[in-house]
Amino acid sequence: MSQKQEEENPAEETGEEKQDTQEKEGILPERAEEAKLKAKYPSLGQKPGGSDFLMKRLQKGVWGIISYPLSLEPKRVLGMKSVEQKYFDSGDYNMAKAKMKNKQLPSAGPDKNLVTGDHIPTPQDLPQRKSSLVTSKLAG
Amino acid sequence: AKSSHWKKLLNSFLIPNLSKRKADIISTVEFNHTGELLATGDKGGRVVIFQREQESKNQVHRRGEYNVYSTFQSHEPEFDYLKSLEIEEKINKIRWLPQQNAAYFLLSTNDKTVKLWKVSERDKRPEGYNLKDEEGRLRDPATITTLRVPVLRPMDLMVEATPRRVFANAHTYHINSISVNSDYETYMSADDLRINLWNFEITNQSFNIVDIKPANMEELTEVITAAEFHPHHCNTFVYSSSKGTIRLCDMRASALCDRHTKFFEEPEDPSNRSFFSEIISSISDVKFSHSGRYIMTRDYLTVKVWDLNMENRPIETYQVHDYLRSKLCSLYENDCIFDKFECVWNGSDSVIMTGSYNNFFRMFDRNTKRDVTLEASRENSKPRAILKPRKVCVGGKRRKDEISVDSLDFSKKILHTAWHPSENIIAVAATNNLYIFQDKVN
Repeated sequence: MSQKQEEENPAEETGEEKQDTQEKEGILPERAEEAKLKAKYPSLGQKPGGSDFLMKRLQKGVWGIISYPLSLEPKRVLGMKSVEQKYFDSGDYNMAKAKMKNKQLPSAGPDKNLVTGDHIPTPQDLPQRKSSLVTSKLAG
Repeated sequence: AKSSHWKKLLNSFLIPNLSKRKADIISTVEFNHTGELLATGDKGGRVVIFQREQESKNQVHRRGEYNVYSTFQSHEPEFDYLKSLEIEEKINKIRWLPQQNAAYFLLSTNDKTVKLWKVSERDKRPEGYNLKDEEGRLRDPATITTLRVPVLRPMDLMVEATPRRVFANAHTYHINSISVNSDYETYMSADDLRINLWNFEITNQSFNIVDIKPANMEELTEVITAAEFHPHHCNTFVYSSSKGTIRLCDMRASALCDRHTKFFEEPEDPSNRSFFSEIISSISDVKFSHSGRYIMTRDYLTVKVWDLNMENRPIETYQVHDYLRSKLCSLYENDCIFDKFECVWNGSDSVIMTGSYNNFFRMFDRNTKRDVTLEASRENSKPRAILKPRKVCVGGKRRKDEISVDSLDFSKKILHTAWHPSENIIAVAATNNLYIFQDKVN
């Protein structure tokens, strides 16, 4: 009886793979999930455990990451947690840190953090390194 | 039906953290060997140590609460100029050394650097110097006419943390584990591809004992995910991989332990294979039992117990949240499928515990085969409230107290938990908050 139902309800599904999924759905929910994922990202590689996947895991946060298929966001191909902020060099890093500090202290003038550009920086202009002794909220 | 006593947990207290700062996210929790101290590390590189109150005869019902003992900044963010990447200050792991004198020692590590910290108490200070006054200002020698002997006087207790050793520049990849050896002289640090052996006294050298980096990186198929020394045999250690396997190595066999002594792998039914198979089989934590006879591994959906004497399959498998199988697609999209859950044994190795989503955590009694799901949340955090078992409803009708899979909050994950070495006291880290639960006092 159930077999007949399956044949009568191809519904929106097309393709061999989908029919396979329908049959296996009762046995293996992962396959159904896999089909969902492949429907969303057709160029997703067959084997996520390949060297590409792991290589990117190792290079968390590195600038100049290896090229990836253009159809996918880096996150998908990386198959890992979101990549950290990449920096061009240490100047870029310090600028980003300064910008973060700028957000926390709205009273500070924006010009103070623009060290590069029109004027030669002086020690007073450089963003301060964050203080070491920040109390943890856990300590109350 | 009557629940067994261990299921009734009395909520001792919650360490509240009202901040939503990312820096306050707890990244590791660890009791010391006596259970007197509990250390937490967070994303901001800080370590907070709690100490258990001495039990007093007057307050029989308060079985030793944990209060803040010491706080210090262990790691700072750094910038690797050569690779142009930021080195996070997040504390990945803390491991205590067994206590050998009045001071406490612990190892804390971020992605790149391991540090040995000494935490000591000072409750006396010298007074009566000749050349300095009480505020420390130098006295004019011409005004000094007599000599006195400085004496030690009691002062308010001060707890100081000082970095005693810094073990740096030994890891190209990100450190995921540290483990103190039972010889108390050495410890290991493991990153994605290599494991190094250190002597506590020597910071400018370490021995590489495992190296799985292939000559050609294109051939890379797996990485090291966790590693731990055997609790009694100082020559033995295990490490787990992203492919769901565990290797046991014996350092007496050779200097470089690339060839394992034992290889633990559960055979997989090829017809069950899917896109997600390898990702969910990746082991996120491996822990020896206190007895040293078993190892426990945590992968995305299960906790497994292995007998060291049997390599071809685990002796026990426990489902943590099998209902997530039908959610794998969205869990992959929101990265949750890569969450690294830890697992812990209780002191007698009879109960194992691990975290899940929605601030749930699970306990499995290995003897009775019973399990329970509990929640670490503010609603349950009234003092002496008994935790109510929770249940996730998989499909069909949802009972009043149950929660459906679709209502689970995947941002509330319990990755880090710890169990007191001898008592039924557990520490559960729920994002920014630390919960400590104790067994009910009858």
